[in-house]
Amino acid sequence: MDFLRKALDRLEPMFTKGGEFERLYPLYEAADTIHFSPLDRARGTSHVRDGLDLKRLMLTVIAALGPCIIWAMYNTGYQAALAVEGAATRLDTWQDIIFYDMLRMTADSGDIIGCVIHGAIYFLPVYITGLAVGGIIEATFAVVRRHEITEGFLVTSMLFPLTLPPTIPLWQVALGIAFGVIIGKEVFGGVGMNVLNPALTGRAFLFFAYPAQISGDQVWIAADNLTADGYSGATYLAKAAESGMATLTDEVWWNGFFGLVPGSMGETSAFCALLGAGILIFTQIGSWRTMFGVLAGTVATAALLNWVGSETNPMFEVPWYFHVVLGGWAFGAVFMATDPVSSAFTETGKLIYGVGIGVMVVLVRVVNPAYPEGMMLAILFMNIFAPLIDHFFVQANIKRRQARYGVQ
Amino acid sequence: MEHYLSILAKTIFVENMALAFFLGMCSFLAVSKKIETAIGLGGAVIFVLAVTTPINNLIYNGLLKEGALEWISPSLADVNLEFLTFLTFIGSIAATVQVVEMALDKFSPALYNALGVFLPLIAVNCAILGASLFMVERDYDFVESTVFGVGNGIGWALAVVAMAALREKMRYSNVPEGLRGLGMAFILTGLMAIGFMAFSGIQL
Repeated sequence: MDFLRKALDRLEPMFTKGGEFERLYPLYEAADTIHFSPLDRARGTSHVRDGLDLKRLMLTVIAALGPCIIWAMYNTGYQAALAVEGAATRLDTWQDIIFYDMLRMTADSGDIIGCVIHGAIYFLPVYITGLAVGGIIEATFAVVRRHEITEGFLVTSMLFPLTLPPTIPLWQVALGIAFGVIIGKEVFGGVGMNVLNPALTGRAFLFFAYPAQISGDQVWIAADNLTADGYSGATYLAKAAESGMATLTDEVWWNGFFGLVPGSMGETSAFCALLGAGILIFTQIGSWRTMFGVLAGTVATAALLNWVGSETNPMFEVPWYFHVVLGGWAFGAVFMATDPVSSAFTETGKLIYGVGIGVMVVLVRVVNPAYPEGMMLAILFMNIFAPLIDHFFVQANIKRRQARYGVQ
Repeated sequence: MEHYLSILAKTIFVENMALAFFLGMCSFLAVSKKIETAIGLGGAVIFVLAVTTPINNLIYNGLLKEGALEWISPSLADVNLEFLTFLTFIGSIAATVQVVEMALDKFSPALYNALGVFLPLIAVNCAILGASLFMVERDYDFVESTVFGVGNGIGWALAVVAMAALREKMRYSNVPEGLRGLGMAFILTGLMAIGFMAFSGIQL
């Protein structure tokens, strides 16, 4: 590390005030502080309670995403292999050409390493595209608007590909992350100032602009001719919307829990999201109140709809323990809803905000026939109301304290 | 009962006046700078909609619709006064707004001053005329149109209050200079509309 420090120190005068590349300081600063703790110290009285700064916080989130990322690669390959072992055929995309023709591998659902390699060939280009396009935009804004490049961006570009299906075209990935970073975050002034979750803003943009590549039955598995054998590539939520509890067996629950089901790359495994939740709650980075609120809202709404029942809509009978393992519920509740910027700020507000997401996600899944999955829209919807929730709690707090100290 | 609840839910969420039809944008953008004022305006809009939609329903079905005048004398059965729809609707809305304005001036001068010119402008708020015209288009009866008016009012008020909360948050943001104020309000409206897309497609 010593030579790195020396190299950075040698470069520093070029980027600080009066240097040759003064305007590019944010780039230098980002390269420096991702490797070393900043030397800036508070002078005078300060109220710092913890050495955990924004950078460490964001890197912890990425560490918590680790299990989901590995699972994303494995399950993408596993699902493709499972389909190909049936009647489906390989795609003729460049990814499958690399896997089948250049690496001369065959799809085998029992071969863990092979599945991970196959999945990585699909996942990594999506991730790298998002990272590169988003990174260039972020750096440009940082240089022009003179703010720092923060690791918040790394989290956005990590979350975004995990919410996409493996077959997404790369130009759409670039478009989506560009929309998310610019409209979702940079027009507000960068990290910490936005209203909606940037990763979900980008995904929602793709979802409404190019529904053919991000919804339906064909996109979730990296294989062709999925329906040839009566084998459907639909997600289990879409299947449940068709035929209700008949498709949701115990085996499906366990597959959904561990994530061996078709879906967006990173969202399938509730178990991996649970591991991430453990890290986030233990380090107090993700709010347990939000996660608990989402769970409570989901349980209550699902129970209510079970009780109401419906003769025409089979989704009414899906119990809450299926809602939480299928689709993006776990991933959204752990990593998207707890986004500290776009969620409510007050502690009780977080609980209400979480309950709102839980209620909304079940409502969209069950009541809205247009979308089988509702986690993304539920979180975006509650993001809009988070500042309002905060406002009421802050006002109530002000009133209470005024009463306590007898002001007016 | 279920029928009325579904009209209410539909008007508040699925077909939100501000965020699905983009009606009433002028006051939506202008009076959403502070939450308190937005709540005041939202309340006024709920009241005006709740009063004018059923009144206009009575006027339309009793006077304007083709053959509506039959109750006066059978010879008027083929009179069609529908060309007066806009005129009478605006008239009854303006009268209601006038009443609201006088009441606010008397009982809550602070809110009256905060709303300023936008209070009399509710008279030409397209969300309110829009609700009356939708009511005609959908053939609602008196009770249905009351529920429809209240629901539209609540939906619009919800949107404007949420918008005000978002814009208060913008004070802590670092918005590029060219976008400060109205520019950001437009982008926020678009993002809010994305959030409300969660409901689009629900059939009630």
